[in-house]
Amino acid sequence: MDNLLSIVTFTPLIAALILAIFLRGDDEAAQRNAKWLALGATTFTFIVSLFILAGFDPDDTGFQFVEERAWIAGLTYRMGVDGISVLFVMLTTFLMPLVIAACWDVTTRVKDYMVALLVLETLMIGVFCALDLILFYLFFEAGLIPMFLIIGIWGGANRIYASFKFFLYTLLGSVLMLVAMIAMYLDAGTTCIGACGANNVELLTHTFPSEPFSVLGIDIVGGMQTLLWLAFFASFAVKMPMWPVHTWLPDAHVQAPTAGSVVLAAILLKMGGYGFLRFSLPMFPVGSEVLGPLVLWLSAIAIVYASLVAMMQDDMKKLIAYSSVAHMGFVTMGIFAANQQGLDGAIFQMISHGFISGALFLCVGVVYDRMHTREIAAYGGLVNRMPAYALIFMLFTMANVGLPGTSGFVGEFLTLVGVFQANTWVALVACTGVILSAGYALWLYRRVVFGDLIKESLRSITDLTGREKAIFAPLAFFTILLGIYPSLVTDIIGPSVAALVANYEMATADLALQGAVASVDN
Amino acid sequence: MSADLTLILPEIILAIYAMGALLFAVYTGKDALARPLIWTTAAVLVAIAFWSMVSFEAGSGFSGMIVKDSFAQFAQVVILLSAAIVLVMGQDYMGRSELLKFEYPLLITLSVIGMMVMVSSGNLLTLYMGLELQSLSLYVVASMRRDSVRSTEAGLKYFVLGALSSGLLLYGISLTYGYSGTLDFAGVIAAASDGEIGLGLLFGLVFMISGLAFKVSAAPFHMWTPDVYEGSPTPVTAFFATAPKVAAICMFARVTHDAFGTVVSDWQQIIVVLSVLSMFLGAIAAIGQRDIKRLMAYSSIAHMGYALMGLAAGTAQGVEAMLLYMSIYVVMNIGTFAFILSMTRDGVDATDIASLNQLSKSRPGTALALLVLMFSLAGVPPTLGFFAKYYVLTAAVDAGLVWLAVLGVIASVIGAFYYLRIVFYMYFGEADQTLDGDMPAIQMGALVVASALMLALFPELLGLEPAATQAATSLVN
Repeated sequence: MDNLLSIVTFTPLIAALILAIFLRGDDEAAQRNAKWLALGATTFTFIVSLFILAGFDPDDTGFQFVEERAWIAGLTYRMGVDGISVLFVMLTTFLMPLVIAACWDVTTRVKDYMVALLVLETLMIGVFCALDLILFYLFFEAGLIPMFLIIGIWGGANRIYASFKFFLYTLLGSVLMLVAMIAMYLDAGTTCIGACGANNVELLTHTFPSEPFSVLGIDIVGGMQTLLWLAFFASFAVKMPMWPVHTWLPDAHVQAPTAGSVVLAAILLKMGGYGFLRFSLPMFPVGSEVLGPLVLWLSAIAIVYASLVAMMQDDMKKLIAYSSVAHMGFVTMGIFAANQQGLDGAIFQMISHGFISGALFLCVGVVYDRMHTREIAAYGGLVNRMPAYALIFMLFTMANVGLPGTSGFVGEFLTLVGVFQANTWVALVACTGVILSAGYALWLYRRVVFGDLIKESLRSITDLTGREKAIFAPLAFFTILLGIYPSLVTDIIGPSVAALVANYEMATADLALQGAVASVDN
Repeated sequence: MSADLTLILPEIILAIYAMGALLFAVYTGKDALARPLIWTTAAVLVAIAFWSMVSFEAGSGFSGMIVKDSFAQFAQVVILLSAAIVLVMGQDYMGRSELLKFEYPLLITLSVIGMMVMVSSGNLLTLYMGLELQSLSLYVVASMRRDSVRSTEAGLKYFVLGALSSGLLLYGISLTYGYSGTLDFAGVIAAASDGEIGLGLLFGLVFMISGLAFKVSAAPFHMWTPDVYEGSPTPVTAFFATAPKVAAICMFARVTHDAFGTVVSDWQQIIVVLSVLSMFLGAIAAIGQRDIKRLMAYSSIAHMGYALMGLAAGTAQGVEAMLLYMSIYVVMNIGTFAFILSMTRDGVDATDIASLNQLSKSRPGTALALLVLMFSLAGVPPTLGFFAKYYVLTAAVDAGLVWLAVLGVIASVIGAFYYLRIVFYMYFGEADQTLDGDMPAIQMGALVVASALMLALFPELLGLEPAATQAATSLVN
């Protein structure tokens, strides 16, 4: 099985093609077939991906399951995973069956919906597996198309605006990355990221020039590396999203259907973080060192600002969207702390946020399906009619706050430890975010679940169905499991992160040395 | 002498065919023969394309006035094939609008001969002759719908502005002749061989580039394009958007590289400006368009900007990128126009974009194919349209034009908006004024094949890539 990764990546696409070509009609039977086929395909993908996890050797910090084939434009189709990417692949394959199951009640254009979600899964897995620069860009950008359609066709009332904003915002971020990629190719002479075989240049180990030069009279410290770093930052910061380029996210989330929100929050946002880990940090260490403090402060602002904004929302989805922005702030902060705890924490936070935010959007979806409103004021006292829902919602609210014992705590704690070593002031500011998150999350919970059931419209609301419980169960399980036994994740990512940190420190130690020499010269 | 004639045998055969068929049709069935003639013409074009693909021998003849190298071969094959497909694709439309005239396929044949001469010329006069043969035929087909004011206007506009551009070109040629003493590309390049170019020759170059920019409809010489695209009968518009564009830009490359290849920096800056203006004008002006034919006109202006970016690089890699870009562009346009040809409501042409409303409900397959083409035109991965842009961007960055590449990607984001709007109408729009009328099998086939090709990322694009490399190296050596 030397092409396991390709099987995992392309099974959903093949299922989508089968659906698109062979399934005819839009009656109930056809809809049911489409759903079952999609569920079957995503489940199969998940099962195959378990073999990847089983065969993965955490102590090997290189790429594993590598595949290589010649392709167009002098490019190579090259796939592989290492400790950093393997868990993102697992997260995607794990969540997609749940996402499909969560949209079982959709009745408009079911076939198209399933096709879009399946294509999206292929592209998301591809992003995490691609070991060629342009192949990565291909997967990264192509994901916009199905997401654009998902928001635009199945979204809420203001979906058109949101879908255009989503598409153009993220496209603008990424095209600059494309130019940077071409520049990298011309500098290094290859588009191969890693595992390029013997005697070949790898982008991960290639040193890009960092001699300062000046453009239009402005001296650029860190030279080409800084410029490349900025171009990649433009793309990943939008995707992440970081303050101040986060404004597309609340719109997209609010208008997207439940499944779209889950995919967006749980997986698509992680592409930005993954990009920082795969490109910015290892390939442009000097650029990261120069501009890292900026990211730390932007993250701190994001955490506090987004938390405050979240507090004032009266739309449940918007509130959770802003809380995502805040939590992603912890991730970027951890990454650019550039030490073992920070990076461990950032990856952990991304995985855990995948479970928690996905589950929270599903929680909103549950009541939205019943009442067709996301307005917080329209609810209250749900605990009287929906005890099981109250419990589940409680669990994920607590996890969102970062209560010890849930996975949310581990991620936030580790990143804070990491950042504390890098920049104490940023850590101090970010800590207030933990308190603020308790504020908005618990307040949301109180307003929706507690109190007396006084609203006439809520009298007949029903509790979770068996299907909904089955969707929440695995999410709840992993949220708690990772909370009490985080080594499950850190053992897998640890060695790769350690290697990344070691390389980074080696590269930036030279910089510190140069700085010292320069100051002596002066 | 016979070797010279063998060299241009394809052109001779086409010319004899065109004139013979013209005489035959005049004295026999006249317009009743239009349909068979369309098919025969397409068959002849395809046969000649395959012939020049299979039995190709590089060489030059008539004392260097005709140069048949790999570059000419590549361009000719693209021109012949696209002309044949567009011809066949449009016959249903022509029948519907009572435009089935036997002159139509023959005029197209004549213009194709002109284009073949353009791309294989080694002398400024041969070039001018080919250009005029092509243009004169096109002026006539643009105004083929004689009783329509729009069509006549389009033809007239095309003629007046085309004549102006020919005048500019001719003036440039005469200056070049005056200051270099020769009309041969080989002679001109020898006059500028030391990397220096006199002021007179520079003026000649600038005037020639202006004239050529008219032909490729690069901004700021693009004004005729939207009106001509909109006014001409749709099959003619489809033709304008494909083969003549390839011919014009290949001729552009010929002049710049064959005649002025030693003074790249002198024409590079002009082409960079043309490229930037075209990309941005095409992207921004298309946003407000309501008519899909006008929109495609602006889209083609923007695409010419990207093709010129490849040329602006001034390297063999740049020319290769340009050739690949044009090939992919032609396929995308054929697919899109195959659909536009079928846009009718109550038997009348409906080319407003709003009539695409809810197409995904009434014709899901067609809508999906068009969706792929739109994303490809916008240059979104993983379509071939993205790779087309990737080729030219790489060439530009490699030639040190990083800022040009950055401007190019920014323009592509602006451009993505109007392609998305078409997708928006097809998939998200509210139902009113939908299209009726179904798509003939040929148009459907062209649409589906074109969109499938956009997703078929075969290694080396099924031999297209090596062919383009060879063509580019034969031009830039």
